[in-house]
Amino acid sequence: MNRKNDQVNDVILQTAAVIIFFIIIMFSINLFFAGHYSPGGGFVGGLMTAAALVLLLLAFDSKTLANVLPFDYRIMTALGLVIAMLTSLHSIFWNRPFLTHAYDKFDLPLLGEQTLHTAIAFDLGVYLVVIGVTMTIIQTIGESE
Amino acid sequence: MLDILIYIALAILLLAMLGMLYRVIKGPTTADRVIALDSIGIALISVVALLSILLDTTIFFEVILLLSILAFIGTVAFSKFLERGEIIHHDRDNDL
Repeated sequence: MNRKNDQVNDVILQTAAVIIFFIIIMFSINLFFAGHYSPGGGFVGGLMTAAALVLLLLAFDSKTLANVLPFDYRIMTALGLVIAMLTSLHSIFWNRPFLTHAYDKFDLPLLGEQTLHTAIAFDLGVYLVVIGVTMTIIQTIGESE
Repeated sequence: MLDILIYIALAILLLAMLGMLYRVIKGPTTADRVIALDSIGIALISVVALLSILLDTTIFFEVILLLSILAFIGTVAFSKFLERGEIIHHDRDNDL
C-alpha cells in the first residue's frame, strides 16, 4: 500500500503523543525507583520507557527520533552491562563475595536523610539493557525495506 | 455485601467481554476486530480494579496504568498499519 503524493496529517496523534510521552516516562521512572518496596523495577521501567519511545516512533518517524534523542542503543546496552558488572564487582574489593550489595544512610540536599543501596545501580544497568535491546530489535525490524 | 456487588460486576464484565470476543471472531472487517480488542483491554482494566478491591490490596494499581498504556499503543500501532501499511516510517515527509 504505497500512496504517493497523498498528504497525511496526523496532528491529533502527534499532539497527543507528545503529551502522553512525558506521562509514560514519568510512570516508568516511578516504576524504576519504586521497585525496591512495591511492584516494578528495572525491567518493567525499561519496557515502559521503550514503549514511550515506540509511541514517538509511531507518531513521528525514526529519523525524527534519532534527531531528538541521539542515542546509539547498542552502546546503551553495553553501558548497562558495564554498570551491572561494576556494581557486582565492587564488593570484591571489600573482601566480600561477588554480587554482595551494601547500603548506607546519606544526608542528601532537599531530600533529607535517605538510605541508598547499591541494588539501585544494578537495577540501572538492567534498565539500560532492557531499553537498548528493545529499541534495537524494534528499529532493526521496523527499518527493513 | 460489597463482595456480592463486586462478583455481580465481574459477571457483567465477563458477559461484556464475551460479546466483544464474538465481535473479534465474527467481525467483518479488521477495524471491527481492532476496536473489539481495544475494548477487551479496557474491560480487563476494570477487572483488575475490581479484583484489587476484592483482594483488598493496592499493589495492582501499576497494572491498571500499564494495561491502559499498552492498549493505547497497541491500538495506535494497529490503526497505523491499517491506514499506511507500514508501522514505522524512516522519514515520513519525504519517502512516503
